[in-house]
Amino acid sequence: MSGVLAVCEQRDAVLRKVSHEVVTGARRLADALGANVEAVVCAAAAVPGSDRLGAFGADQVATLANAGFARYAPEGCAQAIAERVKGGGYGAVVFAASATGKDLAPRVAARLGVALAADVTDVAVDGGAVVATRPVYAGKALLRVKLAGKPAVLSLRPNVFTPVERPKAGAAEVVAVSVPAGRVTVREIKAAEAGALDVAEAQIVISGGRGLKEPANFKVIEELARAFGGRAAVGASRAVVDAGWRPHADQVGQTGKTVSPTLYIAVGISGAIQHLAGMRTSKVIVAINKDKEAPIFKVADYGVVGDLFEIVPRLAAEIKKLHG
Amino acid sequence: MKIAVCVKRVPDSETRVKIAADGRRLDEAGVKFVVNPYDEFAVEEALQRREKAGAGEVAVICLGPAAAQETIRTALAMGADRGILLQTDAIPADGLETAKALAAELKDGGWDLILFGKMAIDDYNHQVGPMVAELLGLPCVTAVAHLALDGGKGVAEREIEGGIEVVEFPIPAVLTTDKGLNEPRYPALKGIMAAKKKPLEVKPVQLGAGGVEILAMTPPPERKDGKIVGEGPDAVPELVRLLREEAKVL
Repeated sequence: MSGVLAVCEQRDAVLRKVSHEVVTGARRLADALGANVEAVVCAAAAVPGSDRLGAFGADQVATLANAGFARYAPEGCAQAIAERVKGGGYGAVVFAASATGKDLAPRVAARLGVALAADVTDVAVDGGAVVATRPVYAGKALLRVKLAGKPAVLSLRPNVFTPVERPKAGAAEVVAVSVPAGRVTVREIKAAEAGALDVAEAQIVISGGRGLKEPANFKVIEELARAFGGRAAVGASRAVVDAGWRPHADQVGQTGKTVSPTLYIAVGISGAIQHLAGMRTSKVIVAINKDKEAPIFKVADYGVVGDLFEIVPRLAAEIKKLHG
Repeated sequence: MKIAVCVKRVPDSETRVKIAADGRRLDEAGVKFVVNPYDEFAVEEALQRREKAGAGEVAVICLGPAAAQETIRTALAMGADRGILLQTDAIPADGLETAKALAAELKDGGWDLILFGKMAIDDYNHQVGPMVAELLGLPCVTAVAHLALDGGKGVAEREIEGGIEVVEFPIPAVLTTDKGLNEPRYPALKGIMAAKKKPLEVKPVQLGAGGVEILAMTPPPERKDGKIVGEGPDAVPELVRLLREEAKVL
């Protein structure tokens, strides 16, 4: 029986939630391939949360342990995973298309000499081959590709593979791995503002555009984000990022991040095609804009026309009531 | 500083995507092509490093069709010294094949830095840079948004979810660049004129088919028609009700 390797992530010795999505995607492939899911975590020692991966469909969970893996070690992790895969029998290797996964997956694929399908939003198996769907042109089109590589290597877009509970044994082991000290080392992680969520991973994204008029006015967006009780991230249009109002990490669109949250609220954003491309896969889209002809209303499920400075605080108050 | 910058010719981000009759690729008719925006950060960084060092060379390498000479000329107009076009009409969907062709060209080039944009805005593969690094056995840092070089060592900052990773690496190295690293310059008229005389070498290449077979390119699913809930703050309670009861997201 071939296996599907689910490459999970930890930070500060805590399993990252995106790992549940990776195992969920891997389980879906494994069911179609008639294979087992083996979850691996590169870490200094077994991390809390890895023992729970069985709940999402991991048959086995292996901690690839090395003292140098406390923080992300690009070269060491790539080597440890590539060697594990070369050990044999894997039909697919699945990563998250997270900051770490985007760095690690190409390294592993190159070491294995196989192709990588990146930022995948759907997986299937056809005649024994892995078929992946991935957005191109920032989601203006979808590409369906068949992967000939043995194994097929994929990275899954965060927030798309909703974790599904599929209890399996999840038998845990710790495997000490020996790799040379890496040339590239993470010296330090500077944490963002406490509680700040990344727009690519948040369940709710509230983005502001030029309609905010000036950078200080983003406080109405931040206030609305806070009303959701720590589940919402603040995003921005390219116009306001280019103007220096917001950090580039917040930019949603073709030259920023493509996001698929459960709820996307566009505030004072007219809806340039490159912005729409970056958020149109959101499950529900709300637009608040004073111009009722703005293109953003064409993709929005719900629109409110009017002065955002009156509408957004009212919305924050109503949301707070719900969470109160 | 001897720096290679790999650039890609991509459709402008304002392009409306029309799918070709074969249902497998973009219909390029009427499409405006530009230098991949993330690659502009790589070109700019190379130019600034060369200027700071007071000496050195910036070579621009592009894999693409004959029309990609224009892409290279844009980078030359920004200030790069010379260009190499690895010419092919068939770029496979498998980024590893692109990486192999670039690595073959870059190998033994004596580069201090090899720079890429962190991804191309057409195929969203974000993989060719680190794959080239692996093929050449060079250290690599991806998605660099801040960079300090000192002698044979570098410190880069890269954005991760909820934070910044500070990464140390030795030179020579492969780096991929993110927005925020610098402000790419616009080519000045003088630069555009000078670029016409700069050397641009064209080398035909043949890439392997790779391990990615394109089955279909399709438009994204249409979003169902939305509705205008109302005007002004008085529409908010109804919006919240719809989000709770109809969309069930609150």
